[in-house]
Amino acid sequence: MSSENMDVRYVADLARIDLTDEECETFQGQLDAILGYIEQLKDADVDGIDPTAHASQVFDRLREDVSQQNLGQADLLANAPDSGKGQIRVPKVVDA
Amino acid sequence: MSLSTQSISSLRSQLVSGDIQPSDILDSLASSIEEKNGSVGAYLSHDLDTAKKEANQADLSLPLGGIPIAIKDNINVKGQPCSCGSKFLDGAYNAPYDATVIARLREAGAVPFGRANMDEFAMGSTTENSALGKTSNPHDVTRTPGGSSGGSAAAVASHTAIAALGSDTGGSIRQPASHCGVVGLKPSYGRVSRYGLVAFASSLDQIGPLTHTVEDAALMLNAISGYDAADSTSSDHDVPDFTQGLDQGVAGMKLGLPKEYFGEGIDPEVRKTVDASIAKLEAQGAELVEISLPNTEYAVATYYIIAPAEASSNLSRFDGVRYGNRVEQPEDVLDLYRRSREQGFGPEVKRRIILGTYVLSSGYYDAYYNRAQKVRTLIRQDFENAYQKVDAILSPVAPSAAPLLGADKDNPLQQYLADIYTISANLAGICGISVPAGTVTSENNTQLPVGLQILGPHMGEQKLLQIARAAE
Repeated sequence: MSSENMDVRYVADLARIDLTDEECETFQGQLDAILGYIEQLKDADVDGIDPTAHASQVFDRLREDVSQQNLGQADLLANAPDSGKGQIRVPKVVDA
Repeated sequence: MSLSTQSISSLRSQLVSGDIQPSDILDSLASSIEEKNGSVGAYLSHDLDTAKKEANQADLSLPLGGIPIAIKDNINVKGQPCSCGSKFLDGAYNAPYDATVIARLREAGAVPFGRANMDEFAMGSTTENSALGKTSNPHDVTRTPGGSSGGSAAAVASHTAIAALGSDTGGSIRQPASHCGVVGLKPSYGRVSRYGLVAFASSLDQIGPLTHTVEDAALMLNAISGYDAADSTSSDHDVPDFTQGLDQGVAGMKLGLPKEYFGEGIDPEVRKTVDASIAKLEAQGAELVEISLPNTEYAVATYYIIAPAEASSNLSRFDGVRYGNRVEQPEDVLDLYRRSREQGFGPEVKRRIILGTYVLSSGYYDAYYNRAQKVRTLIRQDFENAYQKVDAILSPVAPSAAPLLGADKDNPLQQYLADIYTISANLAGICGISVPAGTVTSENNTQLPVGLQILGPHMGEQKLLQIARAAE
């Protein structure tokens, strides 16, 4: 565990967030401090311990495969920033 | 006594007898909001006119018939805005459906009427991370109400709501309840459906009530609990009537005092208040037992790997495509994502997404995330071992009373460390409650509330509420 390779701008880019230079600098210091604190987990003895991904044993339960009424198209598009012809409009993704 | 200051149970009996009408309660809340919301700022928005129409049609024979409830702004109420305290959604999103908890409150006759302020996407412990306005502590407006459910706690404490719903990922119901002097209950993981709650950290989040009394918390829990097919983590565990047995007391119960929760770092005045509340339970016949939760020291570090990891995944949906903020004239779809997220998210949210992305990234996954999940197992085992010996665990909720606004604004790590007593319950999935224990006197001579935290085993709410009632 080491934070020495934490490159804030690179990781923010992976997370699809633009940062200003000022934000980058501020976050670098704060995240280094947080990662430094997190280093203490190295001291925990976890040999032979299984990870806990869920706090309860119930998860990924499936419902019966029965058709249900869902939200209609108008409701689904109501919050879209840009839409037309029953679709959400986005910048062109694929070149012809 | 003004109706806005009364408990659900008191108002219910007056409604059923016909002494008051639901609209009388809303009129009382309206004057209270008019008087106090300017200084406290608990609400982002409210709609008392629609609420009055709904309340007038409420079936008063139902358990919460005619009772208006404030809702944290990350829970969907059909037709109402849901901004999560974020610029990303502000003015750009109206919920197209009711969260399961809202549907269940309606089935119980309650009326959701206002949007309570919160830290952006529930990330924070002071409500200062809200991008949409300031909330102050009703007991001292120079101080924070706690967070992230600060608006919900401040609404109840300022008597501008009879009760409220909040969400608790690392203490976000219990800590503001403690700072504001109200009752705050985090149910066991799986007890209450998360469908319609805007997800922060899915394996930790749980919706719960903030109320004036323990009995009211039980009434609210009755209404919102139970299996929901729309939430794949929902439990089909029995839902008893949580109001039954509330007055049975604590005689003969064993209550654990974890030595790790009463060590260094706790304000001596807070300690004294919590100790007095514990002594009250002992005087009622409870046996106090010193216990150890040896992995407590790792709780904050574990949480600040797991919660940001899950947040980085959950918040990927905020990309400017389907809802929320979208930048003008994006060059391409990547530019749309990057700049929409830059503009829409505040600093704490960006910080946690970056942290979460980092700990999940290739090469670091095992060192951070997988290791944290293993330590989480150790923390859960600590509680399982403890509940072999005791019925419940007593502790402070926070190391100090409500901090001054802006106190740790630029020091996130310092704020994270203040969550030390509440975080473990979310990692372990157990239930916990904050009950007012008394007050401490601040430097400027105001009385600030302090809560007693009671932690019960998974699905142990009935006994938890019984103990809380005795401590009240």
